[in-house]
Amino acid sequence: MSWLSIALFGVWPYIALTMFVIGNIWRWRTDQFGWTTRTSELSEKKLLMWASPIFHFGMLAVLIGHLMGLVIPEGWMTSIGVSPEAYHIMAVSLGTVAGLVFTLGVVLLILRRFILKTRIRLVTRPGDIVMYILLGLIIIIGMTATLGYNVLGPGYDYRESIGVWLRSIFMANPAISVMAAAPWIYQLHAALALGLFAVWPFSRLVHMWSVPVGYLTRPPIVYRQAARV
Amino acid sequence: MRVMAAMAMVLNLDKCIGCSTCSVTCKQTWTNRDGTDYVWFNNVETKPGVGYPGGWEDQAQWRGGWELDGSGRLRLRSGNRLRRLVRIFANPEMPSIDDYYEPATYDYDALLSAPAGTQPVARPLSAHTGQPMEISGGPNWDDDLGGSQQYAAADPNFRELGSAVRLEFENTFMFHLPRLCEHCLNPACVAACPSGAMYKRESDGIVLVDENRCRGWRMCVSACPYKKVFLNRLSGKAEKCTFCFPRIEEGTPTVCSETCVGRIRYIGVMLYDLDAVEDAAKADRANLVEAQRAVFLDPFDPAVVAQAEADGVARDWIKSAQASPVWALAMKHKVALPLHPEFRTLPMVWYIPPLSPLLGATTAMGGNAEDPDDVFHTISSLRVPVDYLAQLFTAGDSAMVEQVLGKLAAIRTHMRAVTTGADEPSLPEGVSGSDLEELYQLLGVAKFSSRFVIPKGHREETAEVASWVSGCPLETPDGPLTRSERGRKLP
Ligand code: SF4
Ligand code: SF4
Repeated sequence: MSWLSIALFGVWPYIALTMFVIGNIWRWRTDQFGWTTRTSELSEKKLLMWASPIFHFGMLAVLIGHLMGLVIPEGWMTSIGVSPEAYHIMAVSLGTVAGLVFTLGVVLLILRRFILKTRIRLVTRPGDIVMYILLGLIIIIGMTATLGYNVLGPGYDYRESIGVWLRSIFMANPAISVMAAAPWIYQLHAALALGLFAVWPFSRLVHMWSVPVGYLTRPPIVYRQAARV
Repeated sequence: MRVMAAMAMVLNLDKCIGCSTCSVTCKQTWTNRDGTDYVWFNNVETKPGVGYPGGWEDQAQWRGGWELDGSGRLRLRSGNRLRRLVRIFANPEMPSIDDYYEPATYDYDALLSAPAGTQPVARPLSAHTGQPMEISGGPNWDDDLGGSQQYAAADPNFRELGSAVRLEFENTFMFHLPRLCEHCLNPACVAACPSGAMYKRESDGIVLVDENRCRGWRMCVSACPYKKVFLNRLSGKAEKCTFCFPRIEEGTPTVCSETCVGRIRYIGVMLYDLDAVEDAAKADRANLVEAQRAVFLDPFDPAVVAQAEADGVARDWIKSAQASPVWALAMKHKVALPLHPEFRTLPMVWYIPPLSPLLGATTAMGGNAEDPDDVFHTISSLRVPVDYLAQLFTAGDSAMVEQVLGKLAAIRTHMRAVTTGADEPSLPEGVSGSDLEELYQLLGVAKFSSRFVIPKGHREETAEVASWVSGCPLETPDGPLTRSERGRKLP
């Protein structure tokens, strides 16, 4: 085990997750005003109508895919009747589709924000740039890994390595050596993904916590009163 | 019956000179901050015309306000809650900057840096991008029928009237319409807000955005049929007219009202029945104005007063409701009408339709604008202006507009008879001479204190803001994720 592996897969996850947890709580408590989607639909609409839904729905699919692949142990899947072969076919086919949709969404959003001469560049902040760079790298690397190993290549069972490592982090006993043995491209993908979690609280990504599900059940008109003393 | 009090405003369009002082003073007070350069909480537009944002009245495009579904239930025109949540990633009905206008400045530097001997030109630059641009819009771009062929013809209100009438109409008729948030009794913006950040104040009915709860879902912008919620261009958060609540709480009129050059504005308290709001919003199209009037409660009725006190309306507020100029104009004399009642939000800013364009038309048709018979003849024979006003203020009920205009004309003739001792002309049905004199006082010579009857807010009794909107349990006043200063006093 090299020092780099220990740093990246034994220490960095805890730093990133601490930043993620403490950061989100800190931001929630100190910056309600800044806690927002920072929508730019006012400045640019035509591209957003396509880009944003594609991006968000693609991301949801990718998120679910990662949860199924990494959080749920292979044994559980097998015990509910999903054989490794069936899982593999499903993961590769659906995963590739979801990944491509997600990629298309990000490409359109980057095109819209940075390449085309639209007003939206004026409302772009440094945090957005950092987020898009990270997101872009993670996607490029992740898609390369998926396409290279699992679609075109011999196949790689990340459930036996990365999944094990990921779960071990939460059991406070990181399986660093398992991760260190994984192909470097998967290592890079994971390390950068942790970076996204680390910057999350300081970016507009916090709006994800505010999915307005309560809207479905609340009374339509909200009244407020200054409570009597 | 549950008695509530709400602030309301009446604007007498006959006296609006279209000077836009209200817009400018409002802008200097409220929207001179970053990201709000294109925002006008108060704007003055010329009718007929498309207004600001362009074509805001066209709900086929924006899907703002409420509608009745197949089984007569009230729902937002933008569909049910699930439809809005699905469109949260991109809201097709949300206007873009181009629907408002792109603010511009000028390349003043060119004036100073041009070499001697040349004629320098300060070209317009976009205030957003700094790039040269062609100015092609503004908050009152079609002011005074500027480019009337194009803009007046695009007025959505003409759709119902048919196109044959347009040209004749443009030649005879024009007036100014100052607009602000209506502080509706049934606010579509509040109902559309997924985060529950928008709310109506129980004490005075003012509709506000909680900037700390707004998450930028922008459903309010499209749901408001009057297009009076705006997004801050930089923060992406909703902002809207506050009815100058810090001033109102001190008993002072809004900035737009106080600075109004024509003294066309009136502010007063209205008592209304909260339990009757929904039914009024569901009324038949033909009954919308009367249905909304029925929500307002007579502040002189002892039963209403008793219930108001039981429901916590302060004594001085009930007194103010009795002296309210809005009650007098909208309910007692019925000369004020709501703007687009068919949007079903029950707006609280009402308008006295303008008579002066018809006086002008009387003269143009060879009649005598001072002769009541000629004026009444114009009102009943010039269908288009009356029908047009009906599109704006009565959901198409021309008879109601005619009645109001008749009353306004009668004030003139009656007061002339009173001052000159001439023969008393016949009065419109159900109108007495003292009614007309009272209207004359209120519309013609009323002083500040009778145009603005605003009781002070009762802050001495209030503690922290309470809200009964359901929300994140961690976010309640003593939840773990809540700062102690959250739920600070309503300012
Ligand atoms: S006019 Fe004002 S209160 Fe009414 S829906 Fe629009 S923003 Fe809301
Ligand atoms: S200040 Fe008064 S008179 Fe001037 S445009 Fe505004 S409402 Fe009309």
